[in-house]
Amino acid sequence: MTDLAQSGDAPRPKMSPPADQTGIVGWLKRNLFSSWGNSLTTIVLIACVVWIIDWFIDWGLVNATFVAANGPECGKNAGACWALIGEKYRYIFFGSFPYEQHWRPLFACIAMLAMLLASADRRMWNWRLLVIWSVGSFVTFLLMFGELRFPLTIFLIVGLVVGGVGMGLRAGIASPREMLTYRVLAIVGGVGLAGRIAGVIPAWGLEINAFSYVETGLWGGLPVTMILATYGLVFAFPYGILLALGRRSNLPLIKGLCVGFIELIRGVPLISLLIMASVMLPLFLPTGSNIDKFLRALVAVIFFAGAYIAEIIRGGLQSLPKGQFEAADAMGLNYVQSTTLIVLPQALRVVIPPLINTFIGFFKDTSLVLIIGIFDFLNTANQALVDPNWAGFPGEVYLFAAAIYFIFCYSMSRYSKYLEIELNKGTRR
Amino acid sequence: MARSKTDLADAPTVIELRGVNKWFGQFQVLTDINLQVKQSEKIVVCGPSGSGKSTLIRCINRLEEHQAGDLVVHGITLTNDVKNVEAIRREVGMVFQSFNLFPHLTILENLTLAPIWVKKMPKKDAEEIAMNLLTRVRIPEQALKYPGQLSGGQQQRVAIARALCMRPKIMLFDEPTSALDPEMVKEVLDVMIELAGEGMTMLVVTHEMGFARAVADRVIFMDRGEIVEQNEPETFFANPQNDRTKLFLSQILH
Repeated sequence: MTDLAQSGDAPRPKMSPPADQTGIVGWLKRNLFSSWGNSLTTIVLIACVVWIIDWFIDWGLVNATFVAANGPECGKNAGACWALIGEKYRYIFFGSFPYEQHWRPLFACIAMLAMLLASADRRMWNWRLLVIWSVGSFVTFLLMFGELRFPLTIFLIVGLVVGGVGMGLRAGIASPREMLTYRVLAIVGGVGLAGRIAGVIPAWGLEINAFSYVETGLWGGLPVTMILATYGLVFAFPYGILLALGRRSNLPLIKGLCVGFIELIRGVPLISLLIMASVMLPLFLPTGSNIDKFLRALVAVIFFAGAYIAEIIRGGLQSLPKGQFEAADAMGLNYVQSTTLIVLPQALRVVIPPLINTFIGFFKDTSLVLIIGIFDFLNTANQALVDPNWAGFPGEVYLFAAAIYFIFCYSMSRYSKYLEIELNKGTRR
Repeated sequence: MARSKTDLADAPTVIELRGVNKWFGQFQVLTDINLQVKQSEKIVVCGPSGSGKSTLIRCINRLEEHQAGDLVVHGITLTNDVKNVEAIRREVGMVFQSFNLFPHLTILENLTLAPIWVKKMPKKDAEEIAMNLLTRVRIPEQALKYPGQLSGGQQQRVAIARALCMRPKIMLFDEPTSALDPEMVKEVLDVMIELAGEGMTMLVVTHEMGFARAVADRVIFMDRGEIVEQNEPETFFANPQNDRTKLFLSQILH
């Protein structure tokens, strides 16, 4: 007892670790040259890396051709033919979009990038997100199409939904004036919609004609990849959440439907879904009705991604301890409240890495739309090789396409890392 | 730990169980449970593992569903009606063995969540009540931290404060100290003793016999899904009647 007390009174002085274990030398010694075998591996690997970099600099920079009139002229040098990229980059980026109008898809891409970057910031995750996406999407599609038409029916549906949801979720919390707004929106939307269906109210639409109209058949390249991936995933995400929640429902019918849908969609390749959407769907629709091919591809992507996202989120839901659900129940929260306030915020945090993994996968999988005749970024790059004047340099074009894909995918990967750290701030033990 | 036992003779009954039965599949976990709890009464439920004591108190706020018999809480009969269940849960607070704080919310947010969303209380009022309660459980300085940054004892005190935030009439405690390191048990029990002193109706599943002696008006011993014996703590500990009670007490009191 006295010993304990004494050592407690005067703690022993702390020593520093052995000198050869610290600093750069210590690190090298421990990690790269700890044994003969280890040292040999280190040297061989360094040699390989140096050799590859050296070859690449020779090929890609020293012996490369940056300016040339055509392919054969480019072929005189041993190195890469970057002149081909200079010649074809506009086609690779924007496909068959009218050449003199290329600034439009360019700004559409910039608008989408700005929208994505803005929504990456956690401080924007509130009503601002709705504004960012409304404005961003409006600008993007106005630039791409050139003109937009919003039928009255859309406004009525939005009014009805916003009014109804507002009345349901904000009951008791909102000020009387806010509640009145919801009620008016819901009534106007509901009555108007009934009028439209009954044929009392004529078909009217808000038309915005800013530029010349460009149909989706002419779209191509990077904007197509970005639109398919962005809007495919943005709609697939909430859809996947609903599917995942439905799969855990206690109601057998809802559960059965969700399980059936998920298994059915996961059980077939994306390509077959795309072919279904493009070839089979028109057969079932009444003659004369024509849904845009691009939209059909987008719906196929949403269905497919939704099923995968649902299974990932289900994993997150299952990782939550039962006590969390019980605590929420015991406090008197209802299903919607406990799901949105307690369950999803935790479940989604857990599944960020697999979720972003799926997002990255789908960003690249959009290339499969080639088989129904839509040219995304990889496919326009492929198409650029067909020119007989520039035959023989596929490596350069694919490397260029790979570099662009890498920029997007690596950014997503980094963002996933940032998000994990950001969301777990303070909550880690 | 001075205690003044409340006079329960003419206090109103706030919980009543009449012939409550429950099965997990074919296994009967609760058999013909009859129990009346008066307002401000403190009941300690003890018994061996698997005796159904947790299930019993979890039936009271419908975390478990009983399959036969009547259960009336605060004048509301428990049915499958969601409105009934939610009405009862607003009146009944619960503290769990594993705390079950929400790890993605700060301590303050954990406390204000239910008042804001269930009682539709303005955020400012809810935060005022929450800070008062955190002061009462002696950790107001932790309000902006996350549950993961607190010790077990602190977390359980937050959990008690969180339940109290809803101004419940009845508090259920499901082995509140069983997951704690020994040196933290006292700080949680102290808070519970204080709460008892303020006249809260409490149902506590615990093996802390010191707490039972100090606070309980009645100790209930359960075994194999039945209430085997119940009595005032002095009599219960000094002079147990049933053999199963004697065996249990001999095992936990050394």
